[in-house]
Amino acid sequence: MEPLLLFPEPAPPPLAQALDLSGYPWKAAVSIEAADRIEPDDGWSGAIVCADIDPDGAFALCRSLRKRDLPLEPLLLLVAGSQLGELELREDLFDDFCVTPWQGQELEARLAHLFWRTGRGTRPDLVEYGPLVLNLETYQAALSGRPLDLTYMEYELLRFLAGHPAKVFTRETLLSRVWGYEYYGGARTVDVHVRRLRAKLGEEHAHLIQTVRSVGYRFGQVAWHPGVAQRTGT
Amino acid sequence: MERQQDYVLRTVEERGVRFVQMWFTDVLGTPKSFQITPAELENAMQEGMTFDGSTIDGFSRVQESDVLAMPDAKTFQLLPYLGGGPPVARVVCDVVNLDGSPFEGDPRQVLRRALERARELGFSFFVAPELEYFYFAQMSGEPDGVAPIPLDRGSYFDLTTNDVASELRRQTVLTLEDMGIPVEYSQHEDAPSQHEIDLRYTDALTMADTVMTVRMVVKEIAAQHQVMATFMPKPLFGVQGSGMHTHMSLFDGDNNAFYDDSDEYNLSPVARHFIAGVLTHATELTAVTNQWVNSYKRLIVGYEAPVYISWARNNRSALVRVPPTKRGKRDSTRIEYRAPDSAANPYLTFAAVLSAGLIGIEKAYELPAEAAANLYELSPAQRLAEGIHALPGSLSEAVDAMERSELMAEVLGEHVFEWFVRNKRAEWADYKAEVTAFELRRYLTSL
Repeated sequence: MEPLLLFPEPAPPPLAQALDLSGYPWKAAVSIEAADRIEPDDGWSGAIVCADIDPDGAFALCRSLRKRDLPLEPLLLLVAGSQLGELELREDLFDDFCVTPWQGQELEARLAHLFWRTGRGTRPDLVEYGPLVLNLETYQAALSGRPLDLTYMEYELLRFLAGHPAKVFTRETLLSRVWGYEYYGGARTVDVHVRRLRAKLGEEHAHLIQTVRSVGYRFGQVAWHPGVAQRTGT
Repeated sequence: MERQQDYVLRTVEERGVRFVQMWFTDVLGTPKSFQITPAELENAMQEGMTFDGSTIDGFSRVQESDVLAMPDAKTFQLLPYLGGGPPVARVVCDVVNLDGSPFEGDPRQVLRRALERARELGFSFFVAPELEYFYFAQMSGEPDGVAPIPLDRGSYFDLTTNDVASELRRQTVLTLEDMGIPVEYSQHEDAPSQHEIDLRYTDALTMADTVMTVRMVVKEIAAQHQVMATFMPKPLFGVQGSGMHTHMSLFDGDNNAFYDDSDEYNLSPVARHFIAGVLTHATELTAVTNQWVNSYKRLIVGYEAPVYISWARNNRSALVRVPPTKRGKRDSTRIEYRAPDSAANPYLTFAAVLSAGLIGIEKAYELPAEAAANLYELSPAQRLAEGIHALPGSLSEAVDAMERSELMAEVLGEHVFEWFVRNKRAEWADYKAEVTAFELRRYLTSL
């Protein structure tokens, strides 16, 4: 993932720490010129602008970032409670805001939501589990390097399961998370798709999706060690 | 753009797909398709592809001939059986009018309509068919009325004939699995060169698409090995024909609506009414489940094909069988409708049988007693006494029964209904005009 742009420089330590902890790379800049100078080749993944420290500089920076040929987004603004009035008529300058003192969890949730909405950033590009690799960017799945020809729903189900290895899901959960609530086929639909997926995984790998008796399904082994058999990353 | 369509477009790009086959089915269950290039695909998914419906049987009157094939992105699938070369994919299409309304002549729409009715009553409909077919030596030129040569009899493949047929079936099953079509059993059937592929249940619309796919794959893989596969209902005299026994159940949410543990057969009132509906209307839907002149050569006494309208638990001569299930296996409680043959249109067949069952539920039809003995052994008088009627004995009788049926007119819709009756009357007239080998053999010298 490309780094987030932080303003101002130096970045407030609690913010830097929170981002480091949640695994977001970042770089701080003192001005728009500085930001342009250190911008990575593939562009910033987004920006966090602290308006509580230097309000004028912050809003000016936001405006310049938005005026670029490709406006930078998502942009998260950190403001003090007393500044909320200043946001009026500046709604176009940011995508979301957080009131200081913010909490790490809130910041993370807002970032995750912003990235989800703009479809950029933290979403891992690959999900890997043993011989199985899913490229989330291209929707392609491969087993030991051999591409799997999946239908859309098979792909979505596999992506969901492989993205949460070792976790047991009930059919109802899978139905609501993968198909959405509007689907009326009932939980049997899940069974049908699991069978189809197993058929495509082939005999050797069909066991990747395990039936947990009278509960639902689990992807992969129970004794699963992060970083050994599975890796999700940028 | 919807994520589903995005998925299809990305896959086409990533996998280097060169052609996408647009699949649909005509009224008689013949697979139809045309190919488009990836460049046309995005537009096709959003706006549909225009084609001339009048070139296809049953699909249109000449003056309103343009219709649209709308790809159902869910069904997008690469075709692994085409061997080397750039990948080819298929997508099953709904056929719609230019104004976007469902096209009346599209069997997939007929089934969608029937499923929608089931849904209004709170049910989803699951089916699992068993497809029987034959492998024969490939013919040179057009069929000329000579009986086909089974692979595992005669000298065509010498000593290895059995292996060839088994190998074909094995490859077919593997290909189907690659396409995400799980096969429950596959086996050699009773008749020479006859094989059977049993599919695991799915919702009825997916299954109808699947049946079309399976027929295609079976035939294609056979052809790649210079063998002919046929789903003709009765290709050989004196041996079993090819049926498509269809297992069915209704689910009400996650509960099997056919199951009731307080019943001695574990059949719920819903199941009993459903069976009663199917039996009551069986005569009317036979023209759809058994739509060819040849279909009625299969529905005769002595070959495990149903002839009489009855139900039973463990009696393979019955029209509806209730297969025994293991204790506590409530989800597998189901009924098996044994009339359809492998050459039926699966969309219309599932729609017709389902609709007959639903009427039984809505009107709370009473289920008659289970057929006790082997029905083939009863005398006509005994059958009459038990109130057991026979299925239509010919395509002509079946079409007569269908034509009188309000149910079938409603299920198929006026367009398909009228066309179907007209087409089948014409087929029967052609058949009646033939002087058959039977007649020549029996009459030529003796009369």
